[in-house]
Amino acid sequence: MLKTFKKGGVHPPENKLSAAKKIEVLPLPKSVFIPVAQHIGAPATPVVNKGDLVKTGQIIAKSSSFVSTNIHSSVSGKVKKIDFSADSSGYPKQGVFIDVEGDEWLEEIDCSEEFVKEFNIDGPEIIKKIQDAGIVGLGGATFPTHVKLVPPKGMKAEVLLINGVECEPYLTSDHRLMLEKPDEILVGTQLLMKALHVEKAVIGIENNKPDAIELLSEKCKGYQGISVQPLKVKYPQGGEKQLIKAVTGKEVPSGGLPIAVGAVVSNVGTAFAVYEAVQKNKPLIERVVTVTGKNVANPSNFKVRVGTATSELIEAAGGLPEDTGKIISGGPMMGRAVASLDVPVTKGTSGILIIKEDESKRKEYMACIRCSRCVSVCPMGLEPYLLMTLGEKQIFDRAEQERVMDCIECGSCSYTCPSQRPLLDYIRFGKGKVGQIIRSRKK
Amino acid sequence: MSITVIYTIATLSVIGTSAAVILYFVAQKFKVHEDPRIDQVEEALPGANCGGCGFAGCRAFAEACVKASDLSDLNCPVGGNETMNNVAAILGLEAVKKDPRVAFIRCNGTCDHRPKTNRYDGATTCAIASSIYSGESDCQYGCLGFGDCYDACEFDAIELRADLGVPKIIDDKCVACGACVEACPKDLIELRKQFPKNRKVVVACRNEDKGGVARKTCSVACIGCGKCEKECKFDAITIKNNLAFIDSDKCKLCRKCVPVCPTNAIIEENFPPRRVATEDKKECSTAN
Repeated sequence: MLKTFKKGGVHPPENKLSAAKKIEVLPLPKSVFIPVAQHIGAPATPVVNKGDLVKTGQIIAKSSSFVSTNIHSSVSGKVKKIDFSADSSGYPKQGVFIDVEGDEWLEEIDCSEEFVKEFNIDGPEIIKKIQDAGIVGLGGATFPTHVKLVPPKGMKAEVLLINGVECEPYLTSDHRLMLEKPDEILVGTQLLMKALHVEKAVIGIENNKPDAIELLSEKCKGYQGISVQPLKVKYPQGGEKQLIKAVTGKEVPSGGLPIAVGAVVSNVGTAFAVYEAVQKNKPLIERVVTVTGKNVANPSNFKVRVGTATSELIEAAGGLPEDTGKIISGGPMMGRAVASLDVPVTKGTSGILIIKEDESKRKEYMACIRCSRCVSVCPMGLEPYLLMTLGEKQIFDRAEQERVMDCIECGSCSYTCPSQRPLLDYIRFGKGKVGQIIRSRKK
Repeated sequence: MSITVIYTIATLSVIGTSAAVILYFVAQKFKVHEDPRIDQVEEALPGANCGGCGFAGCRAFAEACVKASDLSDLNCPVGGNETMNNVAAILGLEAVKKDPRVAFIRCNGTCDHRPKTNRYDGATTCAIASSIYSGESDCQYGCLGFGDCYDACEFDAIELRADLGVPKIIDDKCVACGACVEACPKDLIELRKQFPKNRKVVVACRNEDKGGVARKTCSVACIGCGKCEKECKFDAITIKNNLAFIDSDKCKLCRKCVPVCPTNAIIEENFPPRRVATEDKKECSTAN
């Protein structure tokens, strides 16, 4: 039976243009820029110097606290400089510039394509390896995975959910990964299960990927405790809390973590990265990125080294179309427009979406007509029209009472608003301010 | 019939009188003694309730004045020295003379000087735009031009200039309440000393990038070369993080720093035109 989450949700056109395209390996770039902050938490501290020769997979920035991860060199070559460069927000972020020379990997990394199913390793060791490999949630939130695997005291994980939903329109990187690396994902899932001491794992996949559901259902018969749950197509099912609700029927309490209902959620990409880290000793230095758009000559899925400039990916997909209006890092619903093409691919880049000029422009927004469509589509049960006004008028204490911090920024409200009001812009602003207020209160 | 009317009137009169007596004693018992000077001081203030003094409106400021033993830390920027003298006279204190201040937007990144490299079409407020990304030009420090300062100004002292892309402050209307300073997410607005005839010499830039980077993004960016610092005889100019800053309290408006600036980042306003130095008309000796 198909399951889904109950509250709200929208059905944007899917536009999965690159669903049938195999993952191609993008040729090595000439130089890379690897930011030291590619995750939620403290930025890593660079441990290489200008002029150093580095190998592929070598640590170039060390994690500085528990909620932080290591950053590895994705290429081999010479460190050009350690400097600041604009990220997708246009603000400069520290990172390591490396000029690529050859492709020499660290000896301990197993680069072969050979599939390794057996493992004999205990939970803490798995977590250690995941931490060392710098693995973060590859669905886009980039939360360090090793932190998720250590539940807070008094809480226990009961089920592991593997997120293969990919509810964002256009994006197909997770879909392709499920089709091409099903066994690796399943072994990665088993490793995560062992680390968490859970007996049960469920892979949630939306019904618009019947081939992936079929393949993984078939394959998971060979793995104990793993099952596939087909889900009704509805955005934002890939949201952690929505997926938990859809699969287990439990609701994460307001302000709580998924572990409060005994669930831990990981993306299929993360499961694959865990497989590579544990079985192949390979740190997280490359990921699958969808490059797509209605005008793109050749929408594709690329396996890309972290730090590669956006412009190289677009070039590989057939170049920048003439009437480009916007380039988005991520999907159309939650992605962010990039300010420059020099922005590098990071661990959290799931796609590069090129939007046509005429589709990219926002329309002039009009007054709220109180139709309450935003309320009915909000998957968190919030009142977006109210939160927008509170953000606009800067009434932050009321916004906090109205649970602005529960907003998952899925954008369903802005998508559905018939007056084209920029609901999410103001809500996100309010959320940022309320977050600051809460943090300052704790100090 | 008439007896009923008389009873009614009598009963009500008794209730009314006894209530009045009770209220009288209660009012005596719980009387709040308020300094009458608070009302007088409030009367003397402009009544703008702008919050420029740092208090929640004119009444709160008046209370603070009455409580204070000296007025050196208290200032009403709207009323200026005149108002503070009146307040001091009421309280029998001495007013400390303060230089009047005026707001200045330290960005000259107009459309001509700072080319736009991308387009923003989100919610048109500076606060949201700056929380999302750095801005439509490559300069991450410059004015976004959506006018949060304009919205914050209660005195119509800021005009939005669509032709420039950077708002302008109308010096004569500005009362230095500081509302725009708070509103600007890029921290561009500074309250500077107001000179006669609104003359000013100021670094109209906040770019802290290294010279080459700054220059690429904006033709009038301060590159932190330090020429102005050397030129200044009054130690009014300091260079910090590749950015020059002119301390208006030390500046004597000599204008010597203006011509030495290689990028024209220092601007002078409301001065009479400079005398053009008469050049000696020397013919170049043509060497054969």
